[in-house]
Amino acid sequence: MRVDDEKNKSAGGLKSSNLVQAWLVLVLAVGFGVCLAGVQLVLGPVIEGNKLNETLEQVPELVLGKFLAAKMASEEQTLEIVPRQLTVKKPDRVKFYSVYEARYQGTLKGWVVKTRGQGYADTIELLLGLSPDFRSITGLFVLDQKETPGLGNKIITEAWRSQFVDAPADRTLVVIKSGASRPGEIDAVTGATISSNSVTAMVNTAIGDLRNPLTTAPSSPVKGGKRNG
Amino acid sequence: MADLPTATERFINGILPENPVYRQLLGLCPTLAVTNSLNAAVTMAGAVGFVLLCANVITSLIRNLLKPHLRIVVFTLTIATFVTIADRFLAAYLYQMSKTLGPYIPLIIVNCIIICRCEVCASKQSPFVAATDAVGQSLGFGLALSSIAAIREILGSGSLFGMRVMPAAWPDWIIMVLPPGAFLTFGLLLGVVNWMAARKGGKKIA
Repeated sequence: MRVDDEKNKSAGGLKSSNLVQAWLVLVLAVGFGVCLAGVQLVLGPVIEGNKLNETLEQVPELVLGKFLAAKMASEEQTLEIVPRQLTVKKPDRVKFYSVYEARYQGTLKGWVVKTRGQGYADTIELLLGLSPDFRSITGLFVLDQKETPGLGNKIITEAWRSQFVDAPADRTLVVIKSGASRPGEIDAVTGATISSNSVTAMVNTAIGDLRNPLTTAPSSPVKGGKRNG
Repeated sequence: MADLPTATERFINGILPENPVYRQLLGLCPTLAVTNSLNAAVTMAGAVGFVLLCANVITSLIRNLLKPHLRIVVFTLTIATFVTIADRFLAAYLYQMSKTLGPYIPLIIVNCIIICRCEVCASKQSPFVAATDAVGQSLGFGLALSSIAAIREILGSGSLFGMRVMPAAWPDWIIMVLPPGAFLTFGLLLGVVNWMAARKGGKKIA
């Protein structure tokens, strides 16, 4: 009898099909997927709001530098921040950028660009501060990352990020494994070359993509929007 | 079935006799990484507790449907779902804390405490026993994390929950909030727990 049963099983049929065996996994996967979609639907806007708040908090330091930003805050003055959405058409795809225009008493002080790209572990989100004429980078902040603790996540440290401050924006930044000495060179985080490369590549791409739309279009949001549209 | 521990035994065992950190030496990655401040440690323990409770109850509910060779897949799927919920929740309501904890929240997915409890208890016992087991183990984990974090925060930053408790003259031992401090504190506390356990065991024999 037993041998017969064994034979029936191995002979195929519905029971031995991989899909049927995995029905529980499949049902759970669908159920959990629906749950997660619901959670994302409810919490997504809240999380985006948190990120936006943090972005706006970072803008003064990214545009003016730490010293001036602290001075402004102590004098209770604020920058006027105008958010804009830019669409950059590339040969293979279309990229969207959130750009924050920082003005003080009517004059343009700089730009903060939000950009995202693939890091070593997950998507990295950056805020990049640029001078009004696009000549130099004025600041870099990591909004979101999940790089390896102790190695890749050192990209969030001020020591590493400060290399980008005052770096030239008119040439491609290069990652150097040991001892960056010339302007435009970035020291890689030891043991995290991929994280360092992806951040630097994201910075280069964002500058390349936005140089024309931001420097040639008049900075008034209405006109700029039309030209970019 | 008769020799499996009851709900009460599961609960008590989780706290000290089978403490996940001090006795089973499981989940040491977050134990060492997020214990430089008590706030982070308590949040981490809360997140692990939530995931453990949900994963244990779900696993226990479907324990009769589990196929032996597919059980780990089901455990991981369940755990990953609740970890993602915990991660999103922290990002929405405790944004700064979720940035501090960074990748350690998503890493709960591979936390061996949870998969171990699913395997040892939840896949064999009723949802009630599984739930008490989860609460006991979470309390044990929380106790371990807070004990290490309290020592590190007091010695390293002179504060508790971010509030200054040491006199201003206290020179903060920076090393205690850096990674070496985690190993030193954990090693010493582990030694103390083992010593106490050995003493207790010795008395029983005598």
